[in-house]
Amino acid sequence: MKKTLVLVLTAVMLLSCLSFATAEEFNWKAYEGTTIQVAFVEHTTSNAIASKIADFTELTGINVEYSITPEANYFDKVNAALSTRTGTLDLFMSGAYQLWDYSAAGYVEDLTPWLENTIPDYDFEDLVQSAVNALKWDGVPGHAVGTGAQLGLPLCFELYSLAYNKRAFEENGLEVPTTYEELLEVCDALKEWNGPGSYALAIRGARDWGTIHPGYMSTFTNFGAKDFEIVDNKLVSRLDSEEAIAMTEFWVEVIKRGGAPSWSKYTWYEAGADLGAGKAAMLFDADNNGITQNWIKDGVPASAEAGNIAWAVMPVAAEGDTPYSNYWTWSMAMNANSDAKEAAWLFLQYFTSKDFASYASITEYNMDPIRTSVWEDPAFLAKMEQHEGYIDTFNATIGSTSILFTPQPEFFVTTTEWAATLQDIVMGQYDSVEEAMKTLAAKVNEAVEYIDLSDYE
Amino acid sequence: MSKLNKRSGANKEINYNEVPAAIRRRPYYVVLPGLIILIGILIPFVTAIALSFTNYSFKLPTTKFVFLKNWINMFSSKDFYHALGVTLRYAIYCTGVQMILGTIVAFLLKNDNPFNRVLKVLFTFPLMVAPAIAVLVWQLMTSNSVGVLEKLLNLLGVYNFPWASSNKTAMFTVVLIDTWVNMPFVILLVQAGIQSLPKSPFEAAQVDGASAWFTLKTLTFPLLKPFMYIALLFRLMASLQEFGIIFALTKGGPGNTLMNISLTSYITGFTYQTLGKALPYLLVLWFIVNISAKFIVKRQRKLTMQAAGRE
Repeated sequence: MKKTLVLVLTAVMLLSCLSFATAEEFNWKAYEGTTIQVAFVEHTTSNAIASKIADFTELTGINVEYSITPEANYFDKVNAALSTRTGTLDLFMSGAYQLWDYSAAGYVEDLTPWLENTIPDYDFEDLVQSAVNALKWDGVPGHAVGTGAQLGLPLCFELYSLAYNKRAFEENGLEVPTTYEELLEVCDALKEWNGPGSYALAIRGARDWGTIHPGYMSTFTNFGAKDFEIVDNKLVSRLDSEEAIAMTEFWVEVIKRGGAPSWSKYTWYEAGADLGAGKAAMLFDADNNGITQNWIKDGVPASAEAGNIAWAVMPVAAEGDTPYSNYWTWSMAMNANSDAKEAAWLFLQYFTSKDFASYASITEYNMDPIRTSVWEDPAFLAKMEQHEGYIDTFNATIGSTSILFTPQPEFFVTTTEWAATLQDIVMGQYDSVEEAMKTLAAKVNEAVEYIDLSDYE
Repeated sequence: MSKLNKRSGANKEINYNEVPAAIRRRPYYVVLPGLIILIGILIPFVTAIALSFTNYSFKLPTTKFVFLKNWINMFSSKDFYHALGVTLRYAIYCTGVQMILGTIVAFLLKNDNPFNRVLKVLFTFPLMVAPAIAVLVWQLMTSNSVGVLEKLLNLLGVYNFPWASSNKTAMFTVVLIDTWVNMPFVILLVQAGIQSLPKSPFEAAQVDGASAWFTLKTLTFPLLKPFMYIALLFRLMASLQEFGIIFALTKGGPGNTLMNISLTSYITGFTYQTLGKALPYLLVLWFIVNISAKFIVKRQRKLTMQAAGRE
């Protein structure tokens, strides 16, 4: 028995020494003196990364030049940088949808071979696998994500839910809406709930893709609508289907009865800020948008309504229906034309590692964490207790959360036109939603007309 | 003798009318820098024309010649005529408002006193602000949550004025911002014109007992017109090409309300990454700007001659 114990202990010690030796032997300074350029969008993730760049440079000797750009202009900037094909930009933040466009253009490095050679203790399996898979695509329009090239690694992710101001509901004796019908009723009841200028529901409305992918796309799917179908090896827009028209009619009704007066200018920032400022009573957007308004950091509230915000599952047709949510993951991708891929790969691993993920979400405020180990960390769960309903809503939705767009390389065209049409409908530029959606479907079909799936066989 | 002649070239026939080669080449040396600059200017322009006949896209590894497809698509698209309409309306509103207000303000600031001197300095401040920064300032001012203009309107009982978020008020809002940024330019030019007016015709008019209106109509304005045409030229050209203010404020929205030619071209070229389709828009815009500029320059020259009494 004693012998066995000694043998086991010796084996454990040897293994520990071996792994220690591996970590010790890893040459962090292999690319010392290299300079890489990274493009960040303005986000809590970027703030967390920026706060640790000096540590990364000290460890690796790699110099990092970076820019942080608001989301509204971010992708135009990235498009311009990537299209030069010079490799000046080494790494860039992106969502999965944009990577469809970029990978089709040959801008994105497939990380699959790079993942065979990771830094010590990287533990790839610990990354939330749905987020990892959302960033895989085989490049065939119409094919679902989850297979093919690994186009990026996740930094954080989000799903869509209803954040609401508890005070607004308590003071008005209202229940949090669970169905579409209830949502419309609450929109009427919460008009000017906090004085002149206040309104019921903040949702995005700017003339870009950001308007379509949060609450709109989730509700679109919950109505049974789809963006595309494959017919005779061609992508055919289904934005003019009965379900799509019915959903858009409902959405326009929500905007008119409960939305912000300046809805058409609203991006992530304005929508979240209005919930925090007590202008909006509800926010139908990313779960982590409302949270930026609800933190109380060292006794300092993040907004006027910090502490009053709670979360609920998004409204559906009938109580008990599955809430299908769209999925978004901010990820970091490598420019295929980069001249400093090895240094960029070190950066990418460092800032998606377990240690950094823990720091980013527990010490800093990066949501939602991309590491399973962080989700299971009692310190993280304790930190989230101040956000009523956040974890419960997450657990109730994550199982039915996936990318609801059909992958295709004209994502920017289709969603920009979609958002512009939605704005036109709200402003009464069309006689009917049906007319608008038919016009939109025709435009989208024109944009994807050149795609012939037989070319990919 | 023959040796001497060979050495000295004394028997060579000299043509005294022939201009030496170095002097003959001199005009070419003089125009050479201009020619190089011209080629530098023309290269991108000719490239743009050539690429407008291709499917050039940042997304595609190769480029194919598509003949007139991009041009035909543009001229048969409703979006083009909409963009053209927005471009012309924006240019007319901005230039019109800025010319009228700028001229009035310049006349109001004509007298030299301490108050006007301070105002003249203050009026130049917006010119020093980049249009995108001006838009940020105006976004804050017109914000329904914290905007100072919103608060002022609240005092009048108006809440949530839509500014750039409604198709009914979006054009008004961007013209307002453009005017705030660019009107001082018109003021400066007209002021320069006022200061350079010759004194004698006005003294003669005064001696003859001409009324203020008569002097303004028959002397001041005709003499000022060349300066006003310069202001008109610059403002019209810039507002036809406007991009920064509209993009920063609404990205062309709401809907397609403010999608002018510059924005349509930018979004087609950069956001959608199809430069071949975007270039015909830019070339049409160049044509419009060129024609307008030629007309105004011709007119300005004529007025300058008239003002100088040479025509």
